[in-house]
Amino acid sequence: MSSLSVAVEDGLTITRRNLVKVKRVPELIVFATLSPIMFVLLFRYVFGSAIPIQGISYAEFLLPGIFAQTIVFGSTITGASLAEDLQKGLIDRFRSLPMASSAVLVGRTVADLALNALSIVVMGVTGFIVGWRIRSSLGEALAGFALLLLFAYAMSWLMATVGLLVRAPEVVQQASFIVIFPLTFIANTFVPTDNFPTVLKWIADWNPVSAVVQAARELFGNTAPGLSAGDTWSLQNPVLYTLIWSALLLAVFVPLSVRIYRRTSSR
Amino acid sequence: MSVLTPSSTGMSDAILVEGLQKRFGSNTALAGVDLTVPEGSVLGLLGPNGAGKTTVVRILTTLLQPDGGRAEVAGIDVLREPDRVRAVIGLTGQYAAVDEYLTGFENLEMVGRLYRLGKRESRVRADELLERFDLTDAASRPAKTYSGGMRRRLDIAASLIARPRVLFLDEPTTGLDPRSRLGMWEFIADLATGGTTILLTTQYLEEADRLADRMVVIDRGRVIARGTADELKAQVGGQRLELTVSSAAELTDAVRLLTPLAAGEPQADEQTRRLSVPVRGGTDALAEALRLLAGSGVEVLDVGLRRPDLDDVFLSLTGHAAEDGSDDGTPAGRTATQTAGSAR
Repeated sequence: MSSLSVAVEDGLTITRRNLVKVKRVPELIVFATLSPIMFVLLFRYVFGSAIPIQGISYAEFLLPGIFAQTIVFGSTITGASLAEDLQKGLIDRFRSLPMASSAVLVGRTVADLALNALSIVVMGVTGFIVGWRIRSSLGEALAGFALLLLFAYAMSWLMATVGLLVRAPEVVQQASFIVIFPLTFIANTFVPTDNFPTVLKWIADWNPVSAVVQAARELFGNTAPGLSAGDTWSLQNPVLYTLIWSALLLAVFVPLSVRIYRRTSSR
Repeated sequence: MSVLTPSSTGMSDAILVEGLQKRFGSNTALAGVDLTVPEGSVLGLLGPNGAGKTTVVRILTTLLQPDGGRAEVAGIDVLREPDRVRAVIGLTGQYAAVDEYLTGFENLEMVGRLYRLGKRESRVRADELLERFDLTDAASRPAKTYSGGMRRRLDIAASLIARPRVLFLDEPTTGLDPRSRLGMWEFIADLATGGTTILLTTQYLEEADRLADRMVVIDRGRVIARGTADELKAQVGGQRLELTVSSAAELTDAVRLLTPLAAGEPQADEQTRRLSVPVRGGTDALAEALRLLAGSGVEVLDVGLRRPDLDDVFLSLTGHAAEDGSDDGTPAGRTATQTAGSAR
């Protein structure tokens, strides 16, 4: 067997293992489905009743934003789960087996990708019920979902590195929330950034999450002539900017986390 | 045969370790360990907490890189070809490394697949091992619901799925209740009978005495003794006179009275009011001891003569008891350690 097919097969074995866990741990299903539903409804009706958006309904403005926020939060599962595997000695077992050294990380990130896809479907359906519509072609819409998932996958590898370094699942979860909350809120996720203070607006304009949201809005057709995306290059070319960020994250954190994995151990 | 030189059985060695060194920061975990395990035999690696037992296992199972020395498992260099080593070994670490969300069957099947046994063979082996380790009834329950003993059994089953030539068991019974421990001993003894080479680390000397063909005792990263259980016991020498008295004050008197008979440092335990005195001369020493004590006012509740067990060996070699991780050895222990070292 070639080393690539070995890596793919081992990666799939670990993916299956991680998906079985999703089936057996109710908290994960709640995290992946119920909380996104809650957020869609909450923002749609609480913010939606107070924030008028030029030219389109708040539901249409909101959904691309909440897709992005949810999948970025979803990446913390990658880090926390790897830290848990380390803590329980499972990584030691895997490292003593004649398997591909990428498999544990590939299996983890692919399983989390599936979980993120599930979240997006659930949110999409909920969004549709409360007024979100896709106004572009099928191809563009699929490209929109693919771009969201690509960015989520890249974020998973970043969190994989964090999980292997931090090693305590609770700490990974708590610490990453402190970073991810501002990352997803200092952006165009829930409100237009026009009235942000200067510094915040600069951060929001170059925040990759803003680009992901803007790219999704354009690909789903959730834009309006009077609604400005922003003047920066990042927001004028949101798809390209998102692709660059995703490629960068993957190029750095895939090799880095595999390297750390090869040397890590439970104690 | 000397206790301090590795014995050679003429068979090939399944594990060969030469001059193994490992440092963690300024702390020397291994200061040049040598050991060999002949094919098909069981080696007990003994030592107190922090002696370096787990570090040896982690290096041999490719989890850790040594700073110096050489290690081969089944004739394969651990440093140069870790992937080939992983294909022929099984590891059961100190903590049962089973996925608690998977069922017993799923755990074994997964490990079988990762050993590249293929889907069918993995399932057949999983069923066989569940049966062998009395887990068939629990096979379709998530491991989360298992007791500690069941998890350990599942963990060992996982390490056996690809019929490894060399099995590493790192404190396989730590934390088990006495009954589960006995059961685990039977499983390990069966494996040894079946011809698997086993390196077993343990803090329980009784466990090593029962399971291991030969033992290596390490302390502070160095080998301080090696040989069979009998050889190690003979090294400590003689017999022990043990008695229990009725009060702590009498214990002091007894020590004073019996010191002329002692062939080594008497050990007194005030808590249990027990005294252990190394003696020569067997039953004569016993009779003499009773004569010395008679009429001295010391009330002897229990008295007996016994051969040294591995606990005595441990105490005399390392200066502290096996399950006591403290680093301060008694002067008597230090002397014994040095004697063992200089006898090389």
